[in-house]
Amino acid sequence: MTSILADKRSRPGADAPPPDTVRSRGRARRRALNWLTAVGFQLPALVLFIGLVLLPMLFALYAAFFRWGGFGMPEDYIGVDNFTDLFDNPVFMGDLWRCLVLVLLTLALQLPFALAMAVLLNQRLRGRAVYRMLFFAPYVLSEAITGVLFSMVFAPDDGLADHLLGSIGLDSLGGEWFADPSWVMATLFIVMTWKYFGFHMMLYLAGLQSVPRELTEAALIDGAGAWQRFRSVTLPLLMPTIRISIFLAVIGAIQLFDLVWVITQGGPDHHSETMAVTMFQYGFKRYQVGYASAISVVMFGICLVFALAYQRFVLRRDLEGATTTMRGDGK
Amino acid sequence: MGDPALSRRGFLAASAATGLGMTALSGCGGDSDGGSSDGTTTIEWWNISTTEPAHTVWAQLAKKFEAQNPKVKVKIVQMENDAYKSKMTALIASGKLPDIFHTWGGGVLKQQVDAGLVEDLTDKTKPWADDLLKVSKEAYLIDDKVYGIPFDIGMIGFWYNKALFKQAGITEPPTTWAAFLDAVSKLKAKNITPIALAGKEKWPGMYYWAYLAMRTAGASALQKAYDDKDFTGPEFVQAGAHLKDLVALQPFQKGFLNAAYSSPTGQAASVGNGKAAMELMGQWAPQVEADAGKGLGKDLGFFPFPAVEGGKGAITEVFGGGGAHALRRGAPQAAVDFLKFFASEATDLELVKKTGALPVVPGAESAVSDPNLKAVQAQLNAATGFQLYLDQAYAPAVGQEVNDSVAALIAGSKSPEQVAQSITKVTKEEQ
Repeated sequence: MTSILADKRSRPGADAPPPDTVRSRGRARRRALNWLTAVGFQLPALVLFIGLVLLPMLFALYAAFFRWGGFGMPEDYIGVDNFTDLFDNPVFMGDLWRCLVLVLLTLALQLPFALAMAVLLNQRLRGRAVYRMLFFAPYVLSEAITGVLFSMVFAPDDGLADHLLGSIGLDSLGGEWFADPSWVMATLFIVMTWKYFGFHMMLYLAGLQSVPRELTEAALIDGAGAWQRFRSVTLPLLMPTIRISIFLAVIGAIQLFDLVWVITQGGPDHHSETMAVTMFQYGFKRYQVGYASAISVVMFGICLVFALAYQRFVLRRDLEGATTTMRGDGK
Repeated sequence: MGDPALSRRGFLAASAATGLGMTALSGCGGDSDGGSSDGTTTIEWWNISTTEPAHTVWAQLAKKFEAQNPKVKVKIVQMENDAYKSKMTALIASGKLPDIFHTWGGGVLKQQVDAGLVEDLTDKTKPWADDLLKVSKEAYLIDDKVYGIPFDIGMIGFWYNKALFKQAGITEPPTTWAAFLDAVSKLKAKNITPIALAGKEKWPGMYYWAYLAMRTAGASALQKAYDDKDFTGPEFVQAGAHLKDLVALQPFQKGFLNAAYSSPTGQAASVGNGKAAMELMGQWAPQVEADAGKGLGKDLGFFPFPAVEGGKGAITEVFGGGGAHALRRGAPQAAVDFLKFFASEATDLELVKKTGALPVVPGAESAVSDPNLKAVQAQLNAATGFQLYLDQAYAPAVGQEVNDSVAALIAGSKSPEQVAQSITKVTKEEQ
């Protein structure tokens, strides 16, 4: 924006070239002015970013090396004790395990389901827009409302889930859902899928729009069946979208908090606790802010390593612009 | 204004400055002393009275105080319990508290006092605060100094459904643990859920362990164990074992591990709707039962936590706590005046009559009319020992560990010994 403005202003000068010195002085002034404008526009955002994101992050990193209750400044330096304690803490180790389980379940069930729905809704179908909207609606709903809603749906005996199962004669399948340590994660995953698959479905739908019709038609003429067309034409062309969607799903699973907090607070007996919930427990319930900072640092580390590795090894071909050339598939 | 570009830039600069200024101002919100040029003082009053009728009654009291003190404005901020605790955490870290704020006393208040954030009220409240009921003031005394003025005091005990007890053939409320377990079995035999428990929130479960520990080891043992950083004594393990005996009878409602306390499907509603026969809860239980569920009316009864055979504690020792107000350090005199107003007999009578609070002023005692609350009050006045709620009496980390470990015991993943060890470990780390 600013450079266009500057170009326009420089035109009168170009018509009648002034002496060299004046010209360069004018250019320097303009450059300074441009720079000032840029700084002026960015300063508010920059101040907010540094003050509310960068400094707190650095401070959390600093606080992670102290035994600190959140009062005054951290003073009791304990080195890496918080971190060693953390990896001795069965709850936190459980968090890591549950995180892995959630990621695997998401990759194995939720995303394929979203993809299947996207492919279905990409076809000519009566009321297609309505379906798309319906499936996307849960994503728009806030996590807190979703949590309260499903606490009721899965309420033992009185909930909708048990009534539904009862009405089709499957009472035995109904149980304690969120209250059962061995079922809580599965139930939570059902809620997560309900809430988030619509978002991934939308991503895939957008990706499917960009798959050229000519290619599928060409495959059809070559005698490829529906599955072959999907497997060899649509899927490879959709891979960039899928890779981004996997990335978002994994980062989301690592940072999962609101749904769990509203529905179970990590219970029963820590069986649905996530890293973010553990961090909240220690930071805001136990006032062990140093320890909670250590958890947040580990979470940040996991996210960072994953993001960098994913970019380096998986997203690289997309970033190189392989979306249309299919170079990534060895062609 | 001749050059449009300049004025636009000027506007940008001005708006940027305003934006920054607003941020800075809102950041310093708690910093002002509330004084203003026309001589009025504004005092900010944070409390957790969000349920009716207390919500309205408290707001009316603020108005009444303003009418009596024309130069004082009361800014009332009412927040739900958990939201209040989270918000206070943030405020404590920033070092700026509201002028008047709710406190439960104990270890949490002590931490705030140690951080130099709370006003010492010993001398400022000298003549009038001495008249308040002694048991109601104890939780707010730190090193013999007064840091809070109470407005409510209560205790935990069993609230039970007389009709369901009768149905199960239990004629008298149990006074011993063995009789209690027997009553639970009798209720189960009649297909009645004996006890409702909010397993999701953990603190209601803690009451069982705390009371059992008081009954096995005596009322002073819990504070002593905390001071000595040792909960591994045989009585504490025994307390856990007694709780395990209860859990083994499967006395709780279906899905109790994820039940909340005051939600429509929670602990209070289960009892209030007659689905469970009893709950172990504080003096506020009748109100919440009627709010979240239907309420039991005349069928509701109260009995103190039973004694444990061979234990050192007596059935007359109570576990409980109340509510009080503390002042931030440097709060204006108007805030002290407000405390005096709020602890006056007139105010206390209103609180007792309208909100079901228990009196802290001797003169208001006769105003209690509900037979169950009278029973609670009699129990409190005859108390031979007192222990504050553990999650308030202890430093937050220890209090939470007690809640957490006892929840694990109830869920079956920790043994009584492990509970004692976990609490001891956190206590040692914390002090």
